[in-house]
Amino acid sequence: MDIHEYQAKELLTKFGVNVPRGGIAYSPEQAVYRAQELSGDKCVVKAQIHSGARGKAGGVRVCSSDDEIADAASWMLGRKLVTHQTGPQGKLVNRLYVEEATDIAQELYLGFVMDRTEERVVVVASAQGGMEIEDISANEPDSIIRSVVDPAVGMQAFQAREIAFSLGLDAALIPQAVKAITGCYRAMDELDATMVEVNPMVVTGSGEIVALDAKLSFDENALFRRPEISELRDKSQEDQRETYANDRGLNYIGLEGKIGCIVNGAGLAMATLDMIKMAGGEPANFLDVGGGASPERVLMSFKAVLNDPNVEAILVNIFAGINRCDWIAEGVVRAVQELNLKMPLVVRLSGTNVEEGQKILNESGLSITTANTLAEAAEKVVSQWKTAEAKEMETA
Amino acid sequence: MAILIDKETKVLVMGITGRIGSFHAQDMINHGTNVVGGVTPGKGGTTHHGLPVFNTVKGAVAETGATLAICFVPPPFAADAIMEAADAGIKTCVCIADGIPAQDMIRVKRYMRRYKSENRMRLIGPNCAGIITPGQAFAGLMPPHIYQPGRIGIIGRSGTLGYEAASQMKDKGIGVSSSIGIGGDPINGSSFRDILELFENDPDTDAVVLVGEIGGPQEAEAAEYIRDHMKKPVAAYIAGLSAPKGRRMGHAGAIVSAFGESAQEKVEILKEAGVTIVPTPSSFGEVVEKMIA
Repeated sequence: MDIHEYQAKELLTKFGVNVPRGGIAYSPEQAVYRAQELSGDKCVVKAQIHSGARGKAGGVRVCSSDDEIADAASWMLGRKLVTHQTGPQGKLVNRLYVEEATDIAQELYLGFVMDRTEERVVVVASAQGGMEIEDISANEPDSIIRSVVDPAVGMQAFQAREIAFSLGLDAALIPQAVKAITGCYRAMDELDATMVEVNPMVVTGSGEIVALDAKLSFDENALFRRPEISELRDKSQEDQRETYANDRGLNYIGLEGKIGCIVNGAGLAMATLDMIKMAGGEPANFLDVGGGASPERVLMSFKAVLNDPNVEAILVNIFAGINRCDWIAEGVVRAVQELNLKMPLVVRLSGTNVEEGQKILNESGLSITTANTLAEAAEKVVSQWKTAEAKEMETA
Repeated sequence: MAILIDKETKVLVMGITGRIGSFHAQDMINHGTNVVGGVTPGKGGTTHHGLPVFNTVKGAVAETGATLAICFVPPPFAADAIMEAADAGIKTCVCIADGIPAQDMIRVKRYMRRYKSENRMRLIGPNCAGIITPGQAFAGLMPPHIYQPGRIGIIGRSGTLGYEAASQMKDKGIGVSSSIGIGGDPINGSSFRDILELFENDPDTDAVVLVGEIGGPQEAEAAEYIRDHMKKPVAAYIAGLSAPKGRRMGHAGAIVSAFGESAQEKVEILKEAGVTIVPTPSSFGEVVEKMIA
């Protein structure tokens, strides 16, 4: 789960990390008022969206008058900013962060990730801050400093000192840097974050170390014990199709294509998307109905898939282990009837109670195409979708 | 005996009195698994499915001599349960829970290093479908009837894709020695490499099918092991060719976040190591048939 920059900074300050002063604003008037509270010559108006690279999209503006602040704020609010992280649809700006301008002497990169090879938290730092870590790895690989944290004892001060000295910081800055680095680690550990990224961490002209930008992501599997983090969720930053499905307990990811998918098991669901693509179609979504799916859950899955207006055909692919094909079939029949489904529908059932399931589908009298294998199912749904689309083109 | 479990293996069910643990314990017993008891803290001294229930894993091991534990404890408490099993001298622990916090798994892996390697528990999962030696015994959620006993090993992250592989092989008359689900989490107990080593050394296995997916370094690590140490042929399928970068595809670990983690890159790495690629999830049967012919 991602949160906004201002929320990340608020959390980090609780762990002793310095950040520039600032305040949140929901309107141009509030933005101007916030700037007056900060009382400097300059301030920075920053669009709050769940994405990096906001500057390039016009979402970060340095302002030196009330008019400029009001202009920047009215331009940003209500706009969808498109960055390489948001996808082409962009993300809506509905709040701003107004921050005092910082006198930057040096920009550093500081990141904390769960490293899957080490199976531990790894700190990544570089004196080449300001650009993205992918670019640092590509262009300045020798500048990257890595340090692995032993989970039994947590991060030690010597590790933070080693990082700080390797960054080439002045001896006088080391205690501040150690405080910031260990503070970020404690935030990661104590809040169940999966990533903490401060980019850039800056040294100011007056010799202070502050986090100029901050990004925190959290482990959704740990939210049960972090209600204070759940509170920071901003649904306006999520794909609305995903919010709808996830709020109903479905594991759903929205994609760009036109063929809706309902599958059991994450691996099989991924494989089904691959098969649709190989058959010449484009999947509209990933959806794992999970184990022991009831007819109601199947019906709910259809609702989630059809909530995407782009869907023009549906493929159901079930290999039942702890699922039951008869329950799935019952859910499919109910969905077709209750939702008055007219688009092509292909169902492939395999595994537990497959005969009973097939019987329910066949005796329903509904126009449901069945398939025995995954390949057959993918080919059928793509060809039926193409036929239906061609027909629509004719009538139009 | 194939690997990790056979009909003699004494199996302990952690969380045996819970709804899910109880259901699957019965299913395992029905298919010949030697379940010797269960653990539910606070219910020690009672019986369930006619088997003794214990308060602690240590107590259960002392009484029953169990060597394999299957853990149905829910995600918030699963890490604690795994560590309890490790401390009680269990040899293999299969953890089913989907949704254990990543930091808990980091601690579990660290904790397990307390034990010398010869006494260290082997963890399978979490977030996996379990393990099966067809015709003998299983510890997991799988439908045993889709597996034909035979001489091909299967290792997979995904449960249902593993079923797909086994069932396509059965249709071709090809059987399975053991099938091991290593789970879809970013930090898990045993890796592909760990299980490949067991199959390579298993006299009852002739070849291995690896079912991988996007995300993480374990397929590349497996490729290196296959290239340098394996004599038995390996076939591999990688799910997620169409998965967009940076999106988590259902499994907590199925996300491309670094170089070499996409399906295309993993396929290339495996191909270079001499692995036979299964190009589509519908071609496990024919590819394996050709490979062992």
